Amino acid sequence: MIDAIVLSSGFIVLVSCFVIGAIGAVLLRKHDALANIWSSFLAIVGSLCGILFSFLALGFSQVTSFTLGSFISPLVSISFTIDKLSVFFIFVISLVALFCSLYGIGYVKHFYKKYSIGALGFFYNLFIVGMLLVVTASNGLFFLIAWEIMSVASYFLVIYDRNDQKNVKAGFLYLVMTHIGTAFIILAFLLLYKFTGSFDFNSIRLGSALIPAYIKDIVFVLAMIGFGTKAGIIPLHIWLPVAHPAAPSHVSGLMSGVMIKTGVYMMIRIFVDILQPVPVWWGLVILVVGSVSALLGVLYALAERDIKQLLAYSSIENIGIILLGVGSSLAFLSLGMPTFALIGLVAALFHTLNHAVFKSILFLSAGSVINQTHTGNMEEHGGLIRHMPQTAFFFLMGSMAISALPPFNGFFSEWLIFQTLFKGMMEINFSAKWIFMASAGALAFTGGLALACFIKAFGSIFLARPRGSKARQAKESSYSLRMGMGGLAAGALLLGIFSANVMSILDRVVRDLSVFQLTPSFISVSPSQSLSSENISLVSAPVLFVSFIVTFIGILLATKYGVYKNQKVHLGTTWDCGTDLTPGMEITPTGLTRSIVTVFKGVLKPSIQHEIEYHDAESRYLPKSRTVILTLDDMYQVYLYIPLRNFITALSERAKEIQSGNINVYIMYIFIALLSSLFLLR
Amino acid sequence: MVIFLWIIQVFFISGLSPLGVGFVRKLKAKFQNRQGASIFQPYKDLWKLFHKDEIISTDASWIFTYTPIIIFATTFFVGASVPLFASFFGSTLASDMLVIIYTLAIGTFFLTLAGIDVGSAFGGFGSSREMTISALAEGGLLFVLLSAALRSNSTNLFTIATAEPFMHADTFLPTILAFFGFFIVLLAETARFPFDNPATHLELTMIHEAMILEYSGKKLALMEWASASKLLIFASLGVNLFFPWGMANSTQPSIILLSGIIFVVKILVVYTAVAVLESSIAKFRYFRLPDLLMVAFVLGGIGIALLI
Repeated sequence: MIDAIVLSSGFIVLVSCFVIGAIGAVLLRKHDALANIWSSFLAIVGSLCGILFSFLALGFSQVTSFTLGSFISPLVSISFTIDKLSVFFIFVISLVALFCSLYGIGYVKHFYKKYSIGALGFFYNLFIVGMLLVVTASNGLFFLIAWEIMSVASYFLVIYDRNDQKNVKAGFLYLVMTHIGTAFIILAFLLLYKFTGSFDFNSIRLGSALIPAYIKDIVFVLAMIGFGTKAGIIPLHIWLPVAHPAAPSHVSGLMSGVMIKTGVYMMIRIFVDILQPVPVWWGLVILVVGSVSALLGVLYALAERDIKQLLAYSSIENIGIILLGVGSSLAFLSLGMPTFALIGLVAALFHTLNHAVFKSILFLSAGSVINQTHTGNMEEHGGLIRHMPQTAFFFLMGSMAISALPPFNGFFSEWLIFQTLFKGMMEINFSAKWIFMASAGALAFTGGLALACFIKAFGSIFLARPRGSKARQAKESSYSLRMGMGGLAAGALLLGIFSANVMSILDRVVRDLSVFQLTPSFISVSPSQSLSSENISLVSAPVLFVSFIVTFIGILLATKYGVYKNQKVHLGTTWDCGTDLTPGMEITPTGLTRSIVTVFKGVLKPSIQHEIEYHDAESRYLPKSRTVILTLDDMYQVYLYIPLRNFITALSERAKEIQSGNINVYIMYIFIALLSSLFLLR
Repeated sequence: MVIFLWIIQVFFISGLSPLGVGFVRKLKAKFQNRQGASIFQPYKDLWKLFHKDEIISTDASWIFTYTPIIIFATTFFVGASVPLFASFFGSTLASDMLVIIYTLAIGTFFLTLAGIDVGSAFGGFGSSREMTISALAEGGLLFVLLSAALRSNSTNLFTIATAEPFMHADTFLPTILAFFGFFIVLLAETARFPFDNPATHLELTMIHEAMILEYSGKKLALMEWASASKLLIFASLGVNLFFPWGMANSTQPSIILLSGIIFVVKILVVYTAVAVLESSIAKFRYFRLPDLLMVAFVLGGIGIALLI
């Protein structure tokens, strides 16, 4: 009982921090600096509360539900259920929000006098509140309200830099796509309501046996489309690579790091928690969707030239990887192998946490680069490691983490996902194992391509010589920006080193779900921090970390002092074949990945367009200017969205035919409608 | 005795890898009707490089400076944790298949960055090519190793290497197929024919040499040494995971000696194969290399499909 009171009041305090931050920002909107400090400070306090709250709540044993009353109709009750899964997501949101807000204090300064800082603070805090409510709401209709708060607040953040027409267009696409998704979610909830008579998640769970199997399947498809739109699975992702780069960088970090994960949260909540038992093909479909999103996401990321778009595509890739964990978990559950399902879900949650951490580092450091160079186009960066050494270092750590290099955190979650997929290949006896095998192959290729992608990102932003004039004058970012990035970078390393402990906590989180209540824990943390999954494999993060460091230092000292101590190091210019080396001669981001794009031309459909303007159009000997335009065809527009739009337009044209404009016809329509409704509802 | 064996296990790869390179070069020289340098020449080269002054580009950052150490450290670490001739080091916590693959990827990551760092046209293109090849090789490498792992139900390299000999009817074919896949990946990852020519500095074709073009002195020595170690690491993985015969399981000197000899003979077979291949075929056109890597991936896939 005391637990419940502490938790519910704790949660209310936590949310009210952000609400006060939001309202205060509006009240202080006349003073830019004050509004910024007020909203960021309260967001920081709120996030710290959130982290404290999650640690506290993980210690409690039971699920806490509470209702704050209802409005409009008794169906919409403001009720919350805070189980360990919710607590985990509260932790992820708070952790990322903490460092993004810290970063925001300094980052927002360049918006002073340009836009209203009060509005930014208001929507920023509201956005976090929306996410917190989404992961705790336990009533379908209240959930939709929270979902809408989150979506609309983030829409206003996307179009915040509104002088750029591109951002406004991006925001519009985001708004449309997110509401198409919401429409599907509403349909799913209505179907569940029809058969269980309640919007309350607990009642739906209890009544899920009443739902016919085919309705469950329809709900699955609807929820997959609805939540998949938010999560950014391919082909519903089209809003993501335009909307995330448009927002201010600390908001991009939150959107990519956390917001898209709310889609994953709801998939876990509905498929794993509420609608159990489910048919096995659900899990397999999620595996296929995850593989496709992971592979295509990283391929598009590779071809990108804009750093924030690259990061956005890479988020799609990582959502795919998370879905591999969720999908295999669901498939294992349906096949009656809860132990492996547990591993899969732990892997998915771990990757969710890890991706939240390293993707925010990358977005924040990209933001600090863009702040200095005023462009996100990597072609105009270069050589920034000399001007912004710390930002470069944090970006490097983020890149290593996201490329799954040990001992950073990304490696350990991908390791666990690999182990889950291997288990599926070995233990499942029917054709489903081929899907597990294909997923493992997709994940292996994704790993290799992600490495290439972040070599490109780091190499072309920070290394070689500056290619743009702004990049030559860049300076290191301010203290608050570096604090935000540094904190997360340290987090990425610590989550890696202590991955065994993190996994054992996640193991408790997952076993809190009702389907896993009887499943034995699969993880035991031994003194050497080694981690084993079902005896198939063993890895120890601290041992890895220490041996890396020892080897590195040993070799450093041995080469420095062991041989030829008096070595002289001269400085010289790079070998230039006798010409003067200009920045134009070094490799560009486009050139760096052009060969991979060519290898995958069947999927990426690169197009090349030459334009030559001649001095004399008649003789065509001396070109005045040459332009080469390299683009990728947007397959989704061409093959999916434009046909869909044409279809809807054609349908509307048809519908227009009944609009004759003659009043008698309309009266007849009303009459027919009346008669038929009388007949149907008699 | 055990401590002595541990020292051998840790330093074997780094210590003997230059000898392996010398062996391949000698063999290639024989094929070309040349006398060739002594097989100990790579040691002399390293010694010479370690005693030279260095010249570093003004464009270079700390990435360039520390990359040789990082790369050498990764090969040293991996070299110490792969199975060689004795199975009782299996308690080591770093011998997981995925750990090895991704630790080697750290080396690739920094190598390509170092190629970009100095801003020369050669280094950048070398990095671009290396990045493409290693990105595509990773899927293949994982799949071929996985088919070996499935045979013994473990991804720990020592467990795989001590699994029962493979001459069963149902594991023979997948093992052979996976080994061919592995051999293709070996050639790709260690910059050998038909992927790369380790003996050339022709700017149109070089990959690995292009990335290390700006290095000199101690740093170049570390780079060359690391690259030699990588070849020996892959060769040992190949012979021990796919042909797991003759691993010593006790510390009896005679058994250790015997298994050491068996191991060296197996390694020499792989090195000879590399040398023969380099003397008999030409380098492939760059855009045909992805097809070859896909072959490796498919071979691994077939191997897995036959096992599960």
